[in-house]
Amino acid sequence: MADFGGDLDGFRAEARGWLEANFPPSMKGRVGIMYEEGRGPSDPDFRAWVKAMGEKGWGVPTWPKAYGGGGLSKDEAVVLRQEMQRIGAWSPIGGMGVMMFGPTLLEYGTEEQKHRHIPSIVRADIRWCQGFSEPGAGSDLASLATKCEDKGDHWLVNGSKIWTSGAQYADWCFCLVRTDTTKKHEGISFIIFDMKTPGIEVRPIKLIGGNSPFCETFFTDVKVPKDALVGPLNGGWAIAKRLLQHERSGIAGGSGSGARGLFGTPPVEAAKTYVGVDEQGRIADGELRSRIASHEMDAKAFALTIVRAGAEARSNQGPSAASSIMKNVGSAVGQQRAELLLEIMGHQGLGWDGEGFDEAELTAVRTWLGGKATTIYGGSFEIQNNIITKRILGLPDPLSNASH
Amino acid sequence: MAVLTEEQSMLRDAARTWTQEKSPVTAFRKVRDSGSAIGYDPAAFAEMAEMGWTGVIIPEAFGGSDFGYLSLGLILEETGRTLTASPLLSSALAAASAIILGGNDAQKEAWLTKIASGEIVATLAVDEGAHHNPEKTALAATASGAGYSLSGKKTFVLEGGAASLFVVAARTAGKAGDRDGITLFLVPGDATGLSRQTLKLADSRGVANLTFDNVQVGADAVLGEAGKGWDLLDKTLDRARAGLAAEMLGAALQAFEVTLDYLKVRVQFGQVIGSFQALQHRAAKMFTELELARSCVEAALTAIDENAADTAELVSLSKAKMGDVLHLVSNEMVQMHGGIGMTDAHDAGLYIKRARAAEATFGGQAFHRDRYARLNGY
Repeated sequence: MADFGGDLDGFRAEARGWLEANFPPSMKGRVGIMYEEGRGPSDPDFRAWVKAMGEKGWGVPTWPKAYGGGGLSKDEAVVLRQEMQRIGAWSPIGGMGVMMFGPTLLEYGTEEQKHRHIPSIVRADIRWCQGFSEPGAGSDLASLATKCEDKGDHWLVNGSKIWTSGAQYADWCFCLVRTDTTKKHEGISFIIFDMKTPGIEVRPIKLIGGNSPFCETFFTDVKVPKDALVGPLNGGWAIAKRLLQHERSGIAGGSGSGARGLFGTPPVEAAKTYVGVDEQGRIADGELRSRIASHEMDAKAFALTIVRAGAEARSNQGPSAASSIMKNVGSAVGQQRAELLLEIMGHQGLGWDGEGFDEAELTAVRTWLGGKATTIYGGSFEIQNNIITKRILGLPDPLSNASH
Repeated sequence: MAVLTEEQSMLRDAARTWTQEKSPVTAFRKVRDSGSAIGYDPAAFAEMAEMGWTGVIIPEAFGGSDFGYLSLGLILEETGRTLTASPLLSSALAAASAIILGGNDAQKEAWLTKIASGEIVATLAVDEGAHHNPEKTALAATASGAGYSLSGKKTFVLEGGAASLFVVAARTAGKAGDRDGITLFLVPGDATGLSRQTLKLADSRGVANLTFDNVQVGADAVLGEAGKGWDLLDKTLDRARAGLAAEMLGAALQAFEVTLDYLKVRVQFGQVIGSFQALQHRAAKMFTELELARSCVEAALTAIDENAADTAELVSLSKAKMGDVLHLVSNEMVQMHGGIGMTDAHDAGLYIKRARAAEATFGGQAFHRDRYARLNGY
C-alpha cells in the first residue's frame, strides 16, 4: 500500500472510525441488493446505510462539498475505498444520477441547476432516467426526432423514447431533444424534467430475461419550464458525448451491469461441482478446462489493463489509449463468463423458475440473458469499434457512393 | 505503456533510436540472406554490449547495471520491432538469470562479467523434443569420479551455434516427468563429447540441436543444488518467457503499425481500403488485443522485478496472450497486404515466420494455458 504521509493517515483513521460506526454489518458483501428491481430495497439496514452515506457525501467522495459531495481529494478517495474494502463495505449511492448525469451537470450546469439537483443525487433521494435512444435512433443516436419547441414561457415536448432504463421508477429524466430540424448534430439540445409532468406515459418492455429494466416513454404536449435547458440551445450533442463517456467507463468498470456477471458463481468452482475433477485435481473435461482457463486469462488481462490505464492517467502521460477498449472488453468478458457458467451447469443452468433449481442456477440464466444488452446499449460493440478506428487509428469514413 | 522511471525512459529512447538507425529490418534481412550459421551480426551485438544492454539485469559487482527485467523488456520490445536477431534474450537474459539465481560466487565471478561485457554468449539448453516440456527432462547426468558424465540430447537451443557456455537441464535422479532429480549444469561449448548441429528454421535465427556423449564435468559445474534444480529452472524459464513476450510485443506492434499504414494508402474502388468497415473492425480488434497484451507483459516483468508471489501466473498469462496476439496480427499483416504480403521482398513474411517460432519457444499458448490453470488449482 502506498504511503500517503501524515495527513492521509489522519484521514484514514477518520474514515475507519466513521465506517465502523455507520456501516451495518448485515450489509457486508451484499452489494447485489443494489441491483434488485424496483424503487430500492426496503431493508432497514440498507435504508440506514443509504442515509448515512448520503449525508456524509461519501457515495460520491470527490464531488464538491458545496453541492453535498464528499469534497475529498483523489488520494483521500483511494484511502476511503481501501477502508471500505477492508470491512466489506460498498457504496449504496448509485444509479444514473451518480454514474452519468451528476458528473455531466457538474461540468455543464448553471450554479442554480447544480444546487438544485446535485444534493438529491448525493443522498439518493431522486432517481434519474436517460431519454436518449428512440425507435428510429439507436446506434445512430443523432438522428433522434423528439421535438422540443420554444413556446415563449415554456418548452413543448412531443415524441417518444425507448430503452429508457428504470423509467417506471424514475423521478426525473435527462433527455436529448430536437430543437432545430434543419441540422443533425447541431439541432440537438439537452433538457431535464420531472417525470410526473402531465403528458408523459411509461410502458415497461419485457425482455428475454423475463424482467423489464427498460421502458418505452411517450411525450404528448409535455410542458417543460424554460430553466430545464442544460448548456446552450442546440449544444446538446457535445454534452451527450461527454455523458456517454461516463456511461461507458461505468459499464466497463463494474459500476454498471457489464461486469455484473463477475459477481456470480466463479466458473472454476462451478466446474468442479458440475463436471468434477480428475485424479490430479484438474477439471475433468479437458476441452472445457482449456476454455475456462482462456476466459480467466482474458478476465485477468482486462483487470490488469484497468490498473495500467489508472496508473497512466494518474501520471503525466495524459489519458490512456487503453481506456477506449474498456467498454468492449468488459462487456465481452462478462458475456463470456455468463455463457461459460451456463454451459458448465448444463440443463441445471437453464432453469427458469420454480422447483428443482437453486438460487445460483436461476441467477445464471437471467444473468446470461440480461448481459446480452451490454454489447448493445451505451454505444454498441460495433459503434465502439468505429470510435477506435476513427479516433485512435485515424482511419477514414467510407465514401457513401462507393461501388464495393 | 507502464509508468517509467527517467532511467527507463532514456534506455527505451536509446534502444528505439539504435534499432531504427542501426538495426532496421533490412539489417536482419542481410543476416538471413548471408546464410549466417550463427543467425546474427556479431558486430551489431558488440554495439549492444557496448551500450550496456547485456548487463541490464546483472548486478553491478559483476559489471552490470542491475536495472531490472522491465528495463530489459523495454529494450527487447524495441529489438522485436525491427526483428533484430541477437543473443540478448538467450545470453544476457535467460542464461544470466540462471546464474544470478542459482550461481555461487565463483560461478558468478567466472561467467556474469563475461556475459555482461558481451565477451561470451551463453544460453539455456532445456528442451529435448519438438515441444517445450521441462518436466520431461531426460538427459542423463551420472556420477563419474568427482563430477558427472552427461549423455543425451537437447533440441532447438537458442543461439546454439554461437554459444560458448550452455546452462543444461539434466536428470541426476528420477524419471522423465518428475520435478525431483533435475539438476542444472554449466557446460562450456568446447567440452569433449559435446557436438552441435545448427538448424535452419523458417525464422532464420541461430538455433541448434546438441548431442552429449559422455561429456565430463566437475562437481563445480552444478548450478544450485544437485537434484533440486526444478525451482531454479522454473524461475529461470519464467524470466526468459517474460523477456521473449516483450520481444513479441514489439514485433506485434510493428506488424500492426505497418499494416495500419498500408490501410491508409492502398486505394481500391476509388478509396483507401482502410475506409472499409470490414477491415476497420479487424484493425480495432488488433488494437484492443495489443492493449490487453501490453498490460500482461508489463505486469509479468514488473512482478519479476518485485519478486511477487504471482509471478509464474502472470508470466504464463503474458506468454499465452502475447502468442495469441502476435499470431493474429502476423496473419492479418499478410492478409491485409494482399498479394504484396506474400512476396519475400515484403516484411510481412519475416514477421509471420518469427511469430510462429517465438510462439513455440519456451512454451506455446496451449502449454501456458494449462500451466495457468494448474497454478490456479484446476
